[in-house]
Amino acid sequence: MELEGIAKRIRINIIKMLEKAKSGHPGGSLSAVEIFTALYFKEMRIDPNNPKWEDRDRFVLSKGHGTPVLYATLAERGFFPKEELDNFRKIDSMLQGHPDMKETPGVDMTTGSLGQGLAAANGMALAGKLDNKDYRVYAMIGDGESQEGMIWEAAMLAAHYKLDNLTVFLDHNGLQIDGKTQDIMNIEPIDEKFKAFGWHVIKIDGHSFDEIFGAIEEAKRTKGKPTMIIADTIKGKGVSFMENQVGWHGKAPSAEEAAKAIEELGGGLDD
Amino acid sequence: MTKMIATRDAYGEALKELGEINENIVVLDADLSGSTKTSVFQKAFPNRFFNVGIAEQNLIGTAAGLATAGKIPFASSFAMFATGRAFEIIRNSVCYPRLNVKIAATHAGLTVGEDGATHQALEDISLMRTLPNMVVLCPADAVETKQCIFKAVEYDGPVYIRLGRAKVPVIFDENYEFQLGKGVQLKDGKDITIIATGVMVERALRASERLMEEGISARVINISTIKPIDKDIIIKAAKETKGIITVEEHSIIGGLGSAVAEVVAESHPTKVIRIGTMDTFGESGDGFELLDKYGLSVDNIVNKAKLL
Repeated sequence: MELEGIAKRIRINIIKMLEKAKSGHPGGSLSAVEIFTALYFKEMRIDPNNPKWEDRDRFVLSKGHGTPVLYATLAERGFFPKEELDNFRKIDSMLQGHPDMKETPGVDMTTGSLGQGLAAANGMALAGKLDNKDYRVYAMIGDGESQEGMIWEAAMLAAHYKLDNLTVFLDHNGLQIDGKTQDIMNIEPIDEKFKAFGWHVIKIDGHSFDEIFGAIEEAKRTKGKPTMIIADTIKGKGVSFMENQVGWHGKAPSAEEAAKAIEELGGGLDD
Repeated sequence: MTKMIATRDAYGEALKELGEINENIVVLDADLSGSTKTSVFQKAFPNRFFNVGIAEQNLIGTAAGLATAGKIPFASSFAMFATGRAFEIIRNSVCYPRLNVKIAATHAGLTVGEDGATHQALEDISLMRTLPNMVVLCPADAVETKQCIFKAVEYDGPVYIRLGRAKVPVIFDENYEFQLGKGVQLKDGKDITIIATGVMVERALRASERLMEEGISARVINISTIKPIDKDIIIKAAKETKGIITVEEHSIIGGLGSAVAEVVAESHPTKVIRIGTMDTFGESGDGFELLDKYGLSVDNIVNKAKLL
């Protein structure tokens, strides 16, 4: 199956579910679509029919507000029916506003409060090492999220315990709720920071499948240290009026805006 | 002469025994392993012990991740930092997903002693009790501590275990049986009831002897499971005696006293006098002298009992 086609459908479903929910986070979901597509449709060893499989690869969405891309991807991959996406953020739904591992098949860790997911991913990677299992642990953190002190506590631990079974993507889109990360609280040079913390660091275009897969392979070859893939991305990628607009961090499109976005993404509503 | 053992020492020994029979037990510490006694486990099972450095948020977050993969992590630090610094991680990464993490925190309460107020957690029971899915245990001596640790492993879900620094009298023999969620009546009495937890159980027993000399028959109940609390034993005491004194090495706000008052207020309104720290911080000094200074003396229990 062509990855570009899958990514397109995931983007369309992100827009549709946000419009129905009338709330949620489009910007940092659209920025991560290629990474999610690469992981869930090619890279990760997972079984949608056995989401708790002990030997599966794990994924932790530390920037938990990216539930739209997580849920749209899991539904596309067959973890649950796509109709469920209509219930996103609604009462009694299995699709909570932020990831809930007890509610949603395929969600490996409950997250949402920023900074916490990386430590949990570390714990999963430590357990894999203890049990001599060959599963890999993936995580995604945000650039704004990297302002949390706990990220750096976890960064130290991953390097100290040589967690080379851990690969983390940093969704480097440059924006956070209140504005540009460089204006709110500069995190740069983020690559040098993680290098100094003992990580193998790779910088890529986060919308290029070739570069994503290249970095994943490089991470697998890297022994004795965790890998941080700093993925330069465009917040709101694929929808012209959302791209690089800070106002689209946590706002749902109206019906009209959603129709325009879906048209731009080249989709019919049946996609 | 009564044997004196710190509950943290009993914790270290229990961990080591558990490590031998259950290979899923892993232990994490935040640079206090010599004090929390997790070092006893570390010596026996170095590959299942993880020091996370002075980083309590990371301590709990890493433990949560280990639990998702089937491990049974014990995370230890001082009660102040384990529950205070890491509170929100405990809430969102442990209790909300109901992960099988055991937080065994030592150096709770005034008996920390000389380190003073910054290190004397008097709010930890309150903080942990308010979290959905959390079980809160506060053993009275070394014997009960060991049983609490073993029962915490049998139970699948988050557990907070409150332990102390100081050597305290061993009050139970090997016939004592701790049951999760059950209070234990240690002494019958028909006039009033003293409900105590942790190191204060021993002082409650001494107070009841003094009261007996003064003609007051005091029932003594040990509540070592503060959540879920044993409502039956409390309501029975409310019905059969004329009032309740609660005694804890913790603030009177939110701890055992509050939990008991909540039960009787809803089920059988009875006068409850709470003995604990009176909405104040501690200070440096000998731990047991501090207990006396802050109202946790046998004398004060006796005097308050007479007010019922």
